Amino acid sequence: MDWNWQVIFDSLPELLNGAVLTVQLVVVSGIIGLFFGLILAQLRLSKNWLVQVLPFSYIFFFRGTPLLVQIFLIYYGLGQFEAIRNSFLWEPVLSQAYWCAIIAFTMNTSAYLAEIIRGAIQTIPVGELEAADAIGMSKWQKLTRVTLPRAFGIVIPAYSNEVIFMLKGSALASTIALMDITGVARTISARTYTLMELFFAAGIIYLLLSWVILFSFRLFEKRMNRHASYVPPDVMTNTVP
Amino acid sequence: MFDLQGFGALLLSGATVTIKLALTSLVIGMALGLLGATAKLSNIWLLRKIATVYTATMRGIPELLLVLFIYYGGSILLMTILKKFGYNEYVEISAFWGGVMALSIAFGAYATEIFRMSIQEIPIGQHEAAQAIGMRPLQTFYRITLPQVWQIALPGLGNLFLVLLKDTALVSVVGLKDIMYQSSRAAQSTQQPFTFYMAAAIIYLGLTMLITGFMMWLEWRANPAARYAKKLSRQSTHRQSTIG
Repeated sequence: MDWNWQVIFDSLPELLNGAVLTVQLVVVSGIIGLFFGLILAQLRLSKNWLVQVLPFSYIFFFRGTPLLVQIFLIYYGLGQFEAIRNSFLWEPVLSQAYWCAIIAFTMNTSAYLAEIIRGAIQTIPVGELEAADAIGMSKWQKLTRVTLPRAFGIVIPAYSNEVIFMLKGSALASTIALMDITGVARTISARTYTLMELFFAAGIIYLLLSWVILFSFRLFEKRMNRHASYVPPDVMTNTVP
Repeated sequence: MFDLQGFGALLLSGATVTIKLALTSLVIGMALGLLGATAKLSNIWLLRKIATVYTATMRGIPELLLVLFIYYGGSILLMTILKKFGYNEYVEISAFWGGVMALSIAFGAYATEIFRMSIQEIPIGQHEAAQAIGMRPLQTFYRITLPQVWQIALPGLGNLFLVLLKDTALVSVVGLKDIMYQSSRAAQSTQQPFTFYMAAAIIYLGLTMLITGFMMWLEWRANPAARYAKKLSRQSTHRQSTIG
């Protein structure tokens, strides 16, 4: 086996194109998933068990089955139903691999995020929520000013983990013929028989991406939790440390 | 909707392959995790560095890429080595063992971190006490560290095993005849993909529930102190009720 560096350099532009698609998949489904995750977590925390059942079974299903099954269910499975094939969504969305991947990733990640957010909300000290009630905040005010900002501060480390998992999961997009990093590596390697080199290069790109994600989340976490490292200004010398 | 058209047995045979794959990878992955944690906590610089590189890279690379890399790359590597010994036939590592290698390497990277954290959670005084009464390092490990590590690490390992179970589906991409592979085949020949992928999903859900239940039982078993406390409290309430 001879290691062929040249093929890595030659296919770098294509791999980077794949990286753009990977980042797109992760960012789009990450943002929409966060939104749905928030709603699901709120429903899951409801005291009415009838309201709880639906988010519970949703979360149970999407956390208990492999992402690959979910992708196949949406991309291949939905076509089984005449009604869906005739609907207006079929042509522009549900028959497109790209949108099916986005839908699958979003649904998957929102289930995981819902559990993470629920956990975070439950660890907020009760006193803070009571304080919000005591000064007369409305339910919405309490949610947007106390619960969510506090939950976000707690949730960020777990959220960054989830984003990394999603980055790794996005490789599954290549199974429905999307040209993400893995898809590009598989296609080129089938053409040039330089499998080890291309998978190696793809692995390096994934590693770089995950380090970028971890690093930026660490910065973001510092910013969100800046109250924890607050030092009051020194009154004697009137300086801000 | 749920007419499996005689493919049920095929799906179940896939399920046994999935279970075999998951359990084999679990055993090897646990061993890798313990080795990794020992390396991370060792005094030798090189071992620590190797373990750090291992966990840092393997947790950032998609499992699918790992499966593909090991399955195809492993065959190429094996053929190159065999060629050196003058064996020029085409060889291929089986999808099963390629999958086991990939999944246990990924599992081991996460397990390393869990074991490391659990070992660090045990107070250093216990280790010193064991030394003071003359236990050898291996004895200390087996009698003091491991039983406690087991108890602390169990919930984390349980979650990892669930992740592992779901990752086994990836090995179907390289042709292992697991649940996913068989349901794809059934979906193609019946033209009813939704039915069969849903059936696969339900089998995975069942396995997930089974493992969750088993983990709860293991956690209960691993914590004799909590069990004893519960027994005591039950006895005391019983006594109170008889006195009252």
